[in-house]
Amino acid sequence: MTLVSTEKDPDALTLTLVAEFDAPPEQVWQVWEDPRKLERWWGPPTFPATFTRHEFVPGGEARYHMTGPSGEQPRGWWRFGAIEKPRRLEFQDGFADDAGEPLPDEPVTGIVTLEPAGTGTRMTFVTRFVDAAQMEQLLAMGTVEGVTEAIGQIDGLLLPSAV
Amino acid sequence: MVSGTLTEDAVARVFHALADGTRRDILRRTAQREESISALARHYAMSLPAVQKHVAVLERAGLVAKRRHGREQLLSGEPATIRRAADLLDAYEALWVGRVTRIADLLGEEGTAP
Repeated sequence: MTLVSTEKDPDALTLTLVAEFDAPPEQVWQVWEDPRKLERWWGPPTFPATFTRHEFVPGGEARYHMTGPSGEQPRGWWRFGAIEKPRRLEFQDGFADDAGEPLPDEPVTGIVTLEPAGTGTRMTFVTRFVDAAQMEQLLAMGTVEGVTEAIGQIDGLLLPSAV
Repeated sequence: MVSGTLTEDAVARVFHALADGTRRDILRRTAQREESISALARHYAMSLPAVQKHVAVLERAGLVAKRRHGREQLLSGEPATIRRAADLLDAYEALWVGRVTRIADLLGEEGTAP
């Protein structure tokens, strides 16, 4: 795998990531289409994801939860937009309540594009956030292996000396 | 205000360093005041070399700095790096770098078989 580039645009609130894989687009597409494969990479090893619903059709929805080291289970949902196998996938990703149903918060938009690159695939992933608060909330979901917690603690320490 | 940027490698090092409870605690203590490594080690139920290993990870990530004072090695937190690490887009980027790494591992396991 080669990480080609990541581009952060703080004004447009987007993150664009380009990576290349040594597998054809049809195979890379499977890591999105097959929920059992999706579960193997969406969450880090310490925060594995479980997809309990995965309707991989335009307008279809997904439900998932992550399981943290202390047994906490933050929940989320997706709504699929365009699905053009094996080239393009659009979905919205939002927070869910304890029953797994979508909360009213604005979801984040993800756009996946797969293109053949030699014998492999170039994947471009664009995330579009609504605002900075949403980014914070997403990170607070704990998907970054305790980093958010660490940053929270550290921010608290720095406050007294911060300008 | 977040200033400066970290390279991809640096971001990965910072997040790796912060992913461990002992290292976060070391950072918390040394962000408050300079402490010697031997004094620090007394807070943890582990050997001095084990604590030194954690310190080395934090040092490589640029989160703490060491200086020698007589026989002692003194350790202090590096607030600038810590603050930059808090940049939310950086954190989200690190999350996705982790994800594509896991996708590559998954595809590698499957080989090129259909």
